[in-house]
Amino acid sequence: MTEALAANALLYLDDVKVSFDGFKALKGLSLTIEPGEMRAIIGPNGAGKTTMMDCITGKTRPDEGEVSFEGGSIDLTKLDEATIAELGIGRKFQKPTVFESHTVEDNLYLALKSDRGPLATLFHRLSGAEAARIDELLATIKLTARRSDLAKNLSHGQKQWLEIGMLLAQEPKLLLVDEPVAGMTDAETMETAALLRRIHESGKSVVVVEHDMAFVRELGVKVTVLHEGGVLSEGSIDHVASDPRVIEVYLGR
Amino acid sequence: MNANVRRLARSALLILAFLSALPLLGATAKAQDISAAMAKFTADSYSDTVAAIGEVASSGHPRAAAIVQAIQDGKLEFDTASKTVAIRTATGVVDAATGDALATPPAGLTPVRANNRVRSVLAAALGSLTLMSPNPAKRLEAAEAVFKSRDQGALATIEAALAKESEARVRSAFEAARAAIVLHKADAGEDARLAAAAVLKARGDQDAVATLRGLPSDTPKRVKDTAETAAKAIETSLAMWASVQNAVYGVSLGSVLLLAAIGLAITFGVMGIINMAHGEMVMLGAYTTFVVQEVIRTHAPGLFDWSLAIAIPLAFLVSGAVGVVLERGIIRFLYGRPLETLLATWGVSLVLQQTVRSIFGANNREVGAPSWMSGSFELGNITMTWGRLWIVVFALAVFVGLILILKKTPAGLQMRAVTQNRAMASAMGIRTPFVDALTFGLGCGIAGIAGVALSQIDNVSPNLGQSYIIDSFMVVVFGGVGNLWGTLVGALTLGVVNKFLEPFAGAVLGKILVLVFIILFIQKRPRGLFALKGRAVES
Amino acid sequence: MIGYFLKNGLDARVRLALVVILAIAVLVPASNLLLPESSPFHVPTYLVTLFGKYATYAVLALALDLVWGYCGILSLGHGAFFALGGYAMGMYLMRQIGTRGVYGDPVLPDFMVFLNWKELPWYWYGFDHFAFAMIMVVLVPGILAFVFGWFAFRSRVTGVYLSIITQALTYALLLAFFRNDMGFGGNNGLTDFKDILGFNVQADGTRAALFALSCLLVALGLVLAAAIVNSKLGKVLVAIRDAESRTRFIGYRVATYKTFVFTVSAMLAGLAGALYVPQVGIINPSEFSPANSIEAVIWVAVGGRGTLVGAVVGAVAVNWGKTWFTGVLPSFWLFALGGLFVLVTLFLPKGIVGTWSEWRAKRKATPPSDAAPAPAE
Ligand SMILES: Nc1ncnc2c1ncn2[C@@H]1O[C@H](COP(=O)(O)OP(=O)(O)OP(=O)(O)O)[C@@H](O)[C@H]1O
Ligand SMILES: [Mg+2]
Repeated sequence: MTEALAANALLYLDDVKVSFDGFKALKGLSLTIEPGEMRAIIGPNGAGKTTMMDCITGKTRPDEGEVSFEGGSIDLTKLDEATIAELGIGRKFQKPTVFESHTVEDNLYLALKSDRGPLATLFHRLSGAEAARIDELLATIKLTARRSDLAKNLSHGQKQWLEIGMLLAQEPKLLLVDEPVAGMTDAETMETAALLRRIHESGKSVVVVEHDMAFVRELGVKVTVLHEGGVLSEGSIDHVASDPRVIEVYLGR
Repeated sequence: MNANVRRLARSALLILAFLSALPLLGATAKAQDISAAMAKFTADSYSDTVAAIGEVASSGHPRAAAIVQAIQDGKLEFDTASKTVAIRTATGVVDAATGDALATPPAGLTPVRANNRVRSVLAAALGSLTLMSPNPAKRLEAAEAVFKSRDQGALATIEAALAKESEARVRSAFEAARAAIVLHKADAGEDARLAAAAVLKARGDQDAVATLRGLPSDTPKRVKDTAETAAKAIETSLAMWASVQNAVYGVSLGSVLLLAAIGLAITFGVMGIINMAHGEMVMLGAYTTFVVQEVIRTHAPGLFDWSLAIAIPLAFLVSGAVGVVLERGIIRFLYGRPLETLLATWGVSLVLQQTVRSIFGANNREVGAPSWMSGSFELGNITMTWGRLWIVVFALAVFVGLILILKKTPAGLQMRAVTQNRAMASAMGIRTPFVDALTFGLGCGIAGIAGVALSQIDNVSPNLGQSYIIDSFMVVVFGGVGNLWGTLVGALTLGVVNKFLEPFAGAVLGKILVLVFIILFIQKRPRGLFALKGRAVES
Repeated sequence: MIGYFLKNGLDARVRLALVVILAIAVLVPASNLLLPESSPFHVPTYLVTLFGKYATYAVLALALDLVWGYCGILSLGHGAFFALGGYAMGMYLMRQIGTRGVYGDPVLPDFMVFLNWKELPWYWYGFDHFAFAMIMVVLVPGILAFVFGWFAFRSRVTGVYLSIITQALTYALLLAFFRNDMGFGGNNGLTDFKDILGFNVQADGTRAALFALSCLLVALGLVLAAAIVNSKLGKVLVAIRDAESRTRFIGYRVATYKTFVFTVSAMLAGLAGALYVPQVGIINPSEFSPANSIEAVIWVAVGGRGTLVGAVVGAVAVNWGKTWFTGVLPSFWLFALGGLFVLVTLFLPKGIVGTWSEWRAKRKATPPSDAAPAPAE
């Protein structure tokens, strides 16, 4: 039965368990993302959202459970980070991490989908198509004017956008976006939501982790609520917002 | 070596003919005349010399021992023309047979020559001759010689000597010698030979094994089997003792490593500061000991036995103070930049070395051992020096003391709080810079204490610290960073492994193997034996 | 492809450095060989050799900067690769001695005769051929670096852990090469060389040529290293240095990249060692001592890590200082060196070249001009 479920899914997590020195961060998490789906994931601090992404991207090996990609054909628990990235899973970190001593432009250049082998990069020459793609991405993330500045000089929000730009440059099939609007103004938050929606509309699957309810509402997609390492509730934003268990977890008592 | 023993034994059998004439002591009446034998020495032929030695040894003549000893020493000289045999002494020349001084020694005196055969005969002859020596050490030596030669002719002498012997140690040596002879005596009767095998088994060393294994092929099966079983039993117990010895020496080495590494377990393991000058803190402790001893020697020689006890707190203060200055002056500006810290503290280590070299000179300094630390004692088959034993005790004491400080004192609590969560600790009102300096000073001070102990077993020179730095890091990393118990286990493991490798690989290769092993180990478990998991270690 | 790759390496700073280096490579030997000794511009042979030694140190520093400055791998064992290259060259030079040794054995070097060895160990075969020896000069350090890097980087040993095991690596080699039965001359190492490719190693002409070759190696190393760091691969290296796991999540195999650059760097260090040995006339195990490797790190730090040219400047400057101090105030040198480690890390973290170019960039950047408004989409 699980195989049938996995077969249609792009990303399939079943009964994933992770513990750190006895502390159980994930206690049997199950989640299915359809191809082309955008999903919002919310949950209180320490619910295990980031740990879930770590399991998908190969940073953390689950103690138990299944994590598979593309209709269950690829077992992600056996692969390393680079292989998973090349399979088409891109990730934006909770704490924005860009290459600080590279220019904005070079950050995108490094992320562009291309051969990742050392010999290929050693003799690589920036092609016209690549340059055009970088221009396009710079425009998308509104950093054209800062293109030759070092990434370390960007503001927090700009770094978030640059990281989303790098994610796009990789042309992944699935984007995992961890707290993309932390530290952004309301206007920027709405713009980011619009950007993510556009990405979704272009046919990509997206998983967004976020605390900001207004942002999640703006996305307007199915929501999964995590709590203490498991799924607490799932459905439309209105559905989960009215779920008494969710209310209890968020408001206490 | 074994081959030599065997050759000796064979030569000994060769001259059996002569020595079998060795009479029971006391029955000396007609055997006093050695002039025929003396004449043989003047023939200058090896076989005559061999024959002559046999005759002299068996003569019971009062000067027999002196004569044989003189040959051994190359002091027996002869002159063919005048048929003189004389012994050259420090003051002049004496007649060999009488011991009277020769007023006009013949001009043509030349020493009696010896080849290997002569020498082996000499050894056996001396052995029998000294069996009755009044000096117990001589008797013991003689018994060992007979034991090795298994000279059947000596059996009667041995038995006679055994009957008179009162000292236990010599007695058991005589018994072993007798057993060796009886075991190999074809006509001794099986029961006697089996009993002899049992005696040899009780002796239990490598020589006993050789004797038990050396039985000729025509030995009765029962005797041969019993001997073989006994040899096996000895070998098993010897192997066991060898392991015990390796383990004991390994623990001793491990405790040295522990001492060297334990301060680093705090500065690097707990605080995450990579202090390449750690070895120099050890070195400063050793020089403090040197200075303390110098002062005591000149001002209060009676206190010498207390010198280490006085040096320990001083070394702690000296190295600890240097540590605090280092932390406040340099390291605190480099927090979060481990590679820069590494380079800066390396620079400090060079400066400290050169400072000490300028003050005390580049040569090794003599640090003496107090009386209670010198000498050695035996533990079964193993010899251990008191110094080594005290270092083991001392290392463990320092370890336990440190654990207590960290776990049971308020200062220790603050140290742990700051290293675990600096921001939180600071928010709770702990003065984190102060605690940092204190913790680092503690680690360095302990390195200084280690220096006091290491001054007892290592050369006190400006380079002392350098030889420990890599080992110390290896111990801490191997044991698992941030875990004092890991450091303990790591140090002892590495010490013991090193000692077990040494017999196979030699000291240097053994050390290389251990290094390679650790390198491979770190690659398998980059976080060490007792890894802490979790977020704190990832950054 | 290769042409583009190399051209990429010729940025302005490298071009300037190349002109200076090549000029020195020509002028110093010329003045040594052509001018009479009485001339004030005559460079005596001992100075030619000394500068040649500096040049090989500069190449070692370049190699170190490539891994440390650009990829964040602080190797405290690069001296080992330098020494291995040196030993490979030393073995060739030993075989060239032939019957002119003390014992006059046509095949066995003196120390083997002395140890009563009857035949050449297998790993000495082929070293009588210059080409073979030169291949070994790069291959041996390269293979060691590759194997070591393969294990270390794949198991993600980083930071100070990596530094310490590189130090342990060179320490283990030090102990090993001290052993007589390793067959590399034990304590005394390899020395008493006679000639190289038929030229007397002591002759002025040979020394001048070796000096020029060393300068050439600096130039080549500089271009190669600059080409690497200016390529996309170089950008990946810097990315790894700044955010290793981010690089991994973009799809780059960090371990492969690190192993690649570590191996290239070790080969470069090996070449430097090979040119060092005929100039100083000896190679012994002390070249493996951890202190040597860490001293090379300070050259790079003084010059400015991550600047390449800085590594060359730093190596020459520090070693010139060392020569000067050991001549004038020998006991003071370690104070100076130790102080240098502390002062540079505290007050000059970017080194001479890094600080200088930062200062120039600042002067250019004033008045500030980043007021250009972002074009609306
Ligand atoms: N490497 C680790 N070692 C130890 N504990 C960890 C580790 N990673 C995560 N945890 C713990 O697992 C739990 C889940 O962490 P996770 O980062 O997944 O939460 P989250 O839902 O992303 O929270 P937040 O909203 O704060 O980002 C937390 O209690 C965290 O402390
Ligand atoms: Mg999170």
